[in-house]
Amino acid sequence: MKLIQSVWFLVRKDLLLEWREKNALSAIVLYVLSTAFVIYEIFISTEAAVWLALYWVITLFASVNAAAKSFIQEQGNTRLYYYQLVSPQAMLISKMLFNSLLMLVLALLSTLVFALLLGFPVQSTGLWFIVSLTGAVGLALTFTMISAIAAKAKNSGVLMTILGLPVIIPQVLLLVKLSKVVLLNVSFIFIRSDFIGLVAIDVVVVAVSLVFFPFLWKD
Amino acid sequence: MRAIVWKSATVLILIYVAVMGFLGPVPEREILYETIRNLYFHVPMWFTMTAMFITSLVYSIKYLNTKQESYDVWAVEFANGGILFGFLGLTTGMIWAQFTWGAWWSFDPKQNGAAVTLLIYLAYMVLRNSITDSKSRAKVSAVYNIYAFAAMVPLIFILPRLTDSLHPGAEGNPAFSGYDLDGTMRLVFYPAVIGWIMLGVWIVSLRVRIRNIKDKMYESSL
Repeated sequence: MKLIQSVWFLVRKDLLLEWREKNALSAIVLYVLSTAFVIYEIFISTEAAVWLALYWVITLFASVNAAAKSFIQEQGNTRLYYYQLVSPQAMLISKMLFNSLLMLVLALLSTLVFALLLGFPVQSTGLWFIVSLTGAVGLALTFTMISAIAAKAKNSGVLMTILGLPVIIPQVLLLVKLSKVVLLNVSFIFIRSDFIGLVAIDVVVVAVSLVFFPFLWKD
Repeated sequence: MRAIVWKSATVLILIYVAVMGFLGPVPEREILYETIRNLYFHVPMWFTMTAMFITSLVYSIKYLNTKQESYDVWAVEFANGGILFGFLGLTTGMIWAQFTWGAWWSFDPKQNGAAVTLLIYLAYMVLRNSITDSKSRAKVSAVYNIYAFAAMVPLIFILPRLTDSLHPGAEGNPAFSGYDLDGTMRLVFYPAVIGWIMLGVWIVSLRVRIRNIKDKMYESSL
């Protein structure tokens, strides 16, 4: 009960901060817009396979950038303050929730911008949203934990990519495979086993993070 | 005494593997022919790598439980050993692939999975180098080691089995048990796995000792 309460307060705090400063969201919106524009200028029109590849590359790097801040901003005195107030699990869950929300917005936004500029080659629209939104949440969950690790080191910005990208590859492979199927007009049965695999990876990521995050949180 | 016994056993087993591996009888199979001998040198590398990474994981968990610095040294050296054997596995695999698949690298899921695994553990080393405080370095890198292992499991044990692969053991391509019907290869293969793992442990224990001596010298120079 207390956990849910403190998670709720922490998420609300992050949302409130975001609403006042608007730096994470506006940075991400601009990131998606400008990269999509660069791609548009370079390619003008793309094949479906290239569209997918570009979509996931942009989402991947946007999520690295989005998650990188989450623990780096909780350093020094604020970190000590939260350390006394809330349990490490509450801290981690709240960051995961906030980053997931951010990534959901980002995934919807990049689908929209891509559809506007480069066309929308996907035929199973409903399934596309299921796959891309689940994928976005998975990326957010993984990179939240990576950012907790990277925040402990010098040059954490570079470390985010070095530590995160190899770890994320299983998910990306599954996502690309799933979204290639979704390009055609199919029903959920066709993607079920891979989709379950994707969710299973997310569950493992969250479980491992919950068990080992307290070691990082306690200095 | 015990050290002499198992170290000489390692040397004897590996001499046996080398002699029998190159000169012993092997089943004659289409396409593979003599390259089938690579089984004795390529596959044990992956067994050894996996054994080393699992041991490194165990030491990382032990470190987090006890905060004893020696466990951290063992964890990092076992990871180093795993990287060494991983590179040897990739190299022996690539040489074999050039003569059977016709290319050093054919973007096979198993090749990619192995390469990414090595990237993960190289990142572990980079992470260690970028934290200066030794306590915090040990703790943070132990957490990443565990996290990395969880990521490696789907990468080399699950995903390659779900996709098409040229590699023996994948659909239509028989694995070792499909070639070795009369069991002649097992007589060399199993000792090879044990021998290479023992050699790996030997290398790691030497490196741990060197590291401990270096630390002592550094401390006494302060």
